[in-house]
Amino acid sequence: MSMIATGPPSVFPRLEPLLPRVSKPIQYVGGELNSVTKEWEAVEVRWCLSYPDAYEVGLPNQGIAILYEVLNEHDWILAERTYAVWPDMEALMREHAVPQFTLDSHRPVGEFDVFGLSFATELGYTNMLTALDLAGIPIHAHDRREHDPIVLAGGHAAFNPEPIADFLDAAVLGDGEEIALTISAAIREWKADGRTGGRDGLLLRLAAGGGVYVPKFYDVDYLPDGRIHRVAPNRGGVPFRVSKHTVMDLDNWPYPKKPLVPLAETVHERYAVEIFRGCTRGCRFCQAGMITRPVRERSIEVIGEMVQRGIETTGLEEVGLLSLSSSDHSEIGEITRQLADRYEGSNISLSLPSTRVDAFNVDLANELSRNGRRSGLTFAPEGGTERMRKVINKMVTEDDLVRTVAAAYSHGWRQVKLYFMCGLPTETDEDVLAIAKLAKRVIATGREVSGRRDIRCTVSIGGFVPKPHTPFQWTAQCDHETVDARLGKLRDAIRGDRQYSRAIGFRYHDGKPSVIEGLLSRGDRRVGEIIEAVWRDGGRFDGWSEHFSYERWAACTEQCLAGSVVDLDWYTTRERDYAEVLPWDHLDAGLDREWLWEDWQDALDEVEVPDCRWTPCFECGVCPELDTTIQIGPTGRKLLPLTPVADLSKTR
Amino acid sequence: MAPTSRTQPEQHPPPVQWLRVKYAKRGRARFTSHRDFGRAFERSLRRAGVPMAYSSGFSPHPRISYGNAAPTGAASEAEYLEIGLVAMCDPDKVRDALDASLPPGLDVIEVVAATHGALADELTGSRWQVELPGLPAATLKTAVEAFLATDAVPVQRMTKTGMREFDSRTSVVKIDVENARLIVTLAHQIPLVRPDDVLAGLRSASPAFAPIDPPVVTRLAQGRLDLESGTITEPGR
Repeated sequence: MSMIATGPPSVFPRLEPLLPRVSKPIQYVGGELNSVTKEWEAVEVRWCLSYPDAYEVGLPNQGIAILYEVLNEHDWILAERTYAVWPDMEALMREHAVPQFTLDSHRPVGEFDVFGLSFATELGYTNMLTALDLAGIPIHAHDRREHDPIVLAGGHAAFNPEPIADFLDAAVLGDGEEIALTISAAIREWKADGRTGGRDGLLLRLAAGGGVYVPKFYDVDYLPDGRIHRVAPNRGGVPFRVSKHTVMDLDNWPYPKKPLVPLAETVHERYAVEIFRGCTRGCRFCQAGMITRPVRERSIEVIGEMVQRGIETTGLEEVGLLSLSSSDHSEIGEITRQLADRYEGSNISLSLPSTRVDAFNVDLANELSRNGRRSGLTFAPEGGTERMRKVINKMVTEDDLVRTVAAAYSHGWRQVKLYFMCGLPTETDEDVLAIAKLAKRVIATGREVSGRRDIRCTVSIGGFVPKPHTPFQWTAQCDHETVDARLGKLRDAIRGDRQYSRAIGFRYHDGKPSVIEGLLSRGDRRVGEIIEAVWRDGGRFDGWSEHFSYERWAACTEQCLAGSVVDLDWYTTRERDYAEVLPWDHLDAGLDREWLWEDWQDALDEVEVPDCRWTPCFECGVCPELDTTIQIGPTGRKLLPLTPVADLSKTR
Repeated sequence: MAPTSRTQPEQHPPPVQWLRVKYAKRGRARFTSHRDFGRAFERSLRRAGVPMAYSSGFSPHPRISYGNAAPTGAASEAEYLEIGLVAMCDPDKVRDALDASLPPGLDVIEVVAATHGALADELTGSRWQVELPGLPAATLKTAVEAFLATDAVPVQRMTKTGMREFDSRTSVVKIDVENARLIVTLAHQIPLVRPDDVLAGLRSASPAFAPIDPPVVTRLAQGRLDLESGTITEPGR
């Protein structure tokens, strides 16, 4: 470990005596392979990046991994990392006055120029407050001092940052690669200019470009009935709308090149290559598919280079070919075949998150498991009936599904996992009970084609949460009592049939956490007070069922909203109409609001919308609005041959 | 038709060479657990391009056999493992390649061709250094004398199967006090007594023995223990 001679001293000497007293101390030690340390004074702009969850979840996060490399490749920028500390460590840090620290050089987070947090989910909000507080950074943006870092949010949840607006100095929407460098350059320039205008001067520079949202430069007015009246800039030089960022030509951004390899165990022990970004399948519940448009493919050559370099620099054996719908890559057949050829006979295993219900997916999975074990395949029909699937625009017929699972079981796959959602718009008990029928047909088909009785099917159900920037942003969220009742009936329907009950696994969660996720997803600035109250009451790690407390959230919501015209139901189970100003309407994901509304009406009419990659544009608005286009192949190119490995042989 | 899971998986060739690796866990890397180390080591083998032999079966894993590992939080200058290779390699080249590819703090000290006999038979004792910041030498001496004067000092430790009580005394061959540090020579017995068990024993033998900061424990040597003299001979020597 290199010595850090300049800048704020490392907190490690104060941290070290605490380490034997906490669980899994290795997660606080840093020094991961491929981690970067730099001299403090040798750089001009310093970022502390964070994924606000435990190390084991945060370290594999792609967003942070990419930005860490993109920023550190510039010699004038430093990026270090910090993650949420567990409550045992938090207590000791408070007792011994050890501030929130980075893992790379164990520097105090409060010393950096930017504290950038990536929110994949809203359930990390309380952890952000813990990190700020431990760092000695005031949790409210308006209390921050000149020397405090700019607290900046990104990630999918940042597409509606309003619930955490009071805690943020700024937020960015969309792909982070280019905007992170733009922000760095602005900070560098601002410093060179003698920090003109102080903290607000910098924020104004960032906001003026239209690519950085500074919540405090916007005022929100409310109507007497609680709805938003207007969101508008409260000073000159700040645009009315803030747009998302889209990186075009992914081949120019082949990150992560050398991801960090932790000593501690993490949730994903694989090298992940994004084979494309964006998705135009148009599933109406899917926020990721809506906000990451258009589709931009990475070429087969660059994918091949990234896989090989990733294996070499990490020593990982598992490679994941990731995207929102990996089998949709225009050259996925060639990619899987050529990679499988290249690594045949080695111990490198390739995986494809197979969620599309399509026999082609089974062919790909077969290719990637030529000699390995065929344990389980996952498909996501999402809805139990064809009617339900038309509402959500998941164009899969029951026969498609049966054909797909038949292909899987007949090729030796032992288990099929099926993902569904409960609580979808217009859903009835029948839609959910149909899942049991479907699962039984899957098992019956599997037994028939494989000639075996030991095949299994697991039904996994999540509660649907309406998300901003989707056609379902206006819908009423289903209450948890209804969700729980439907799941109970479904469980009985599966367990009650002795012929099948032992072959069908059933995994579900109770509906309450989804309600809080709904509150945080579609909330406005008034929700910030609730988040703070929950955190002050001890709320931490809300993404973990053993830490999450619905009762605490419900009680704090009631207490914070007492005397106001809005309540938990108002935020969650209330349907919005076209005219209502939504908290995120001034944030532009590129999607045309008219189109989203029409798509919502089409959903109610059970009308499907095809994918614009293969049919004419259906005018969602993203490409013209953001001056982007779909970038897809096929390119017809091939993987490049590999160079031989190191020679350790015995010299004679 | 493609192979199904019922077909026999590919059989891997047996090792042609076994190498014994002596390595150290230093500084911050002492917080690496044994499982963490195993994962990191396997990745280092791949990065270094060591031609590992793999076990046969549906989930082949590299042929590595570990000697008894220092507990999480303890540093070590004398950890051992053996690796099976499918091609004859130069041990020095393997040492350099592995050392370069391991994360900082995990350092390969020596790689030699393994001698016959199981690693466990070669590792019957360890010498540990225990640093106790803030404890005066007199307190240490008193505690050590009280501890060694007894035949048995029962201590408790939380194990995977719950709280267990066992004797911390009989495994202790000797304890020297040097520069306010303890040098503890331990025989590897069942149950395996670790330095922290000895510290618990010292506390129980002498109430004044109460370290403020957590002690820093380092394994200095490991090998064949001579119970009479307390000397430890490195494996293969």
